[in-house]
Amino acid sequence: MDLYEHQGKELFAKHGIPLVEGSVAESPEQARRIAERLGGRVAVKAQVQIGGRGKGGGIALVESPADAESAARRILSEGFRGTPVTRVLVERLVEIAEQFYAAITLDRSAQRYLAMVSSEGGIVIEEVARATPEAIRRVEVDPILGLRTYQARYLVGHLPASAREGAAGIAQKMYAIVTAADATLVEINPLVLLGDGAVVALDSKVTIDDNALSRHPDLAALRSAFPVDPTQARANEKGLQYVKLDGEVGIIGNGAGLVMSTLDVVTQAGGRPANFLDVGGGASADMMATSLEVVLSDPAVRSVLVNIFGGITRGELVAQGILEALSRIEAGVPIVVRLDGTNAEEGRRILEKAAHPRIVAVPTMLEAAKKAVELATTASAGAA
Amino acid sequence: MAVLVDERTKVAVQGITGREGTFHTLRNRAYGTKVVAGVTPGKGGQDVEGIPVFDTVTEAVRRTGADASLILVPARFSPDAIYEAADAGVPLIVCITEGIPIQDMALVANYLIGKPHMLVGPNCPGLISPGKSNVGIIPGEICKPGPVGLISRSGTLTYQIVNELTHRGIGQSTCIGMGGDPIHGIGFVDALARFEEDPETRGVVLIGEIGGDDEERAADFISDHMTTPVVAYVAGFSAPPGKRMGHAGAIVTGSSGTAKGKAEAFEAAGVPVGRNPVHVAELVEETLAKTA
Repeated sequence: MDLYEHQGKELFAKHGIPLVEGSVAESPEQARRIAERLGGRVAVKAQVQIGGRGKGGGIALVESPADAESAARRILSEGFRGTPVTRVLVERLVEIAEQFYAAITLDRSAQRYLAMVSSEGGIVIEEVARATPEAIRRVEVDPILGLRTYQARYLVGHLPASAREGAAGIAQKMYAIVTAADATLVEINPLVLLGDGAVVALDSKVTIDDNALSRHPDLAALRSAFPVDPTQARANEKGLQYVKLDGEVGIIGNGAGLVMSTLDVVTQAGGRPANFLDVGGGASADMMATSLEVVLSDPAVRSVLVNIFGGITRGELVAQGILEALSRIEAGVPIVVRLDGTNAEEGRRILEKAAHPRIVAVPTMLEAAKKAVELATTASAGAA
Repeated sequence: MAVLVDERTKVAVQGITGREGTFHTLRNRAYGTKVVAGVTPGKGGQDVEGIPVFDTVTEAVRRTGADASLILVPARFSPDAIYEAADAGVPLIVCITEGIPIQDMALVANYLIGKPHMLVGPNCPGLISPGKSNVGIIPGEICKPGPVGLISRSGTLTYQIVNELTHRGIGQSTCIGMGGDPIHGIGFVDALARFEEDPETRGVVLIGEIGGDDEERAADFISDHMTTPVVAYVAGFSAPPGKRMGHAGAIVTGSSGTAKGKAEAFEAAGVPVGRNPVHVAELVEETLAKTA
């Protein structure tokens, strides 16, 4: 789960990472009041999970509460790069002496964490890595030992002397967030040295491990602040992995790898997947029915492809689920079903016996993909 | 021959008395796997259809000589189950459980460094040496004994590809599901090295997917160390670019983690890449025909 900047900063505050004073506003008027309280000169920052806000108009630096209000009005009404914006962060403008970069992330290859500090920040870090790799110091962190003090000292050893102590302290607090909040990424870009000598986090990017959310109810609750479309919300509620895409062939499968492979095969057959939906292992009839409802609720869907290879998932339950869904809702589009693996024959028999007019049973994955694409195309032509 | 498990492997199931635990234990035993013990704290002395249950893994090992552990316990108990199996001296630990926090697995992985244990998983279907032993949840009936080793990050996609191979009459030496979690035990390179040493494995299928750089490192290993031919498949060509990952991830791996990048790495290493599961089986068939 990716946190918004202001959510990440709340976590920073809890762990003692110094920040610039500021508050979140959901309306232009609220932004003005916060600006008044902060003395007028503020930054108004769109809360979105897309980079490039500085250059793209997502951050406004203003001189007065009235300007803060109009900047917030513009950002909240226009959104940022096609994404709606529901909140802005209003922060006191500060005098920046130097900009750095700091991050701790999971290094999957090393099976450890990687901490990095760059003496150049505020810009795209990949650029720094390419142009001046010597600006980036990195250390591998053994999770059993944690980030040791000597490692933090090394990480900041190439920063200006006056920034080192503050930056080293921040690096250790960032690692404390990794362990205490199960973060897999804590990134500060830029980390800045202010004119008055303080080192503060001007931005935050924090990713929390989804598998660990059950032991962090406070962080899990932050999700409620995210804009979610109703289809997505319904899928999440049932524990289905659903990602909306922009094609017309609805996809349901079991297991992320098989679903991804199904998307690829549909694309190769000339179609465009409408979604990714992994019904998961050991799916029940009810899960299957909900999956179908979720996919069919997308108005762009012209046909659905159900591709199940049963391991723990049993074919007869999949078949029952499909029929149950069709008894609850009206399917306006054809549903191509391909069942294989555990109890697949029984599942196919159940579908055959039901002889539902919308169900098209196809024996192999490639034929099923072709059929689903073909039906999506004829359905579109028919609709047009 | 086979790698990691064969007809002599003696399995203890941690979590044998749970619903999933009992179900898969009995399925594995019915396949022919030597399931010698179960472990559930507090249920020592009971049995599951004749399989003795012990309170601790150490006791199970001492009393039955178990040399592999199959973990089928909920995520919050799984790290402890892995530590317990390791501390009891079990050489092969197979953890099926999904949803273990990454930090817990990072601790486990670093604890196991330098110790003589092989962890398979977590969040994986386990492994099977067809006709010999099935340790996990791979449906045994779709497999067939033969010369092809298989290592995969995915579960059901593995079944799909195994099924395509079996339909063409191509059997498998060992199929290993390494699991889809970012931190895992056995990886492509460990498995490839074992297949390379196995005289009866004449070809290997490697099934990868988007994310991380396991595939890129496997490609390097293949070009430097393998004589056994490998065929690869990568899922996720049409997956949308991932959600925001910050920029740190790309720097760590030096790779974008895309399916295209991985497929190119394999092709550069001389490894043919199948377009879909059927094409993978066709490539394996061609490869075996050339070396026969």
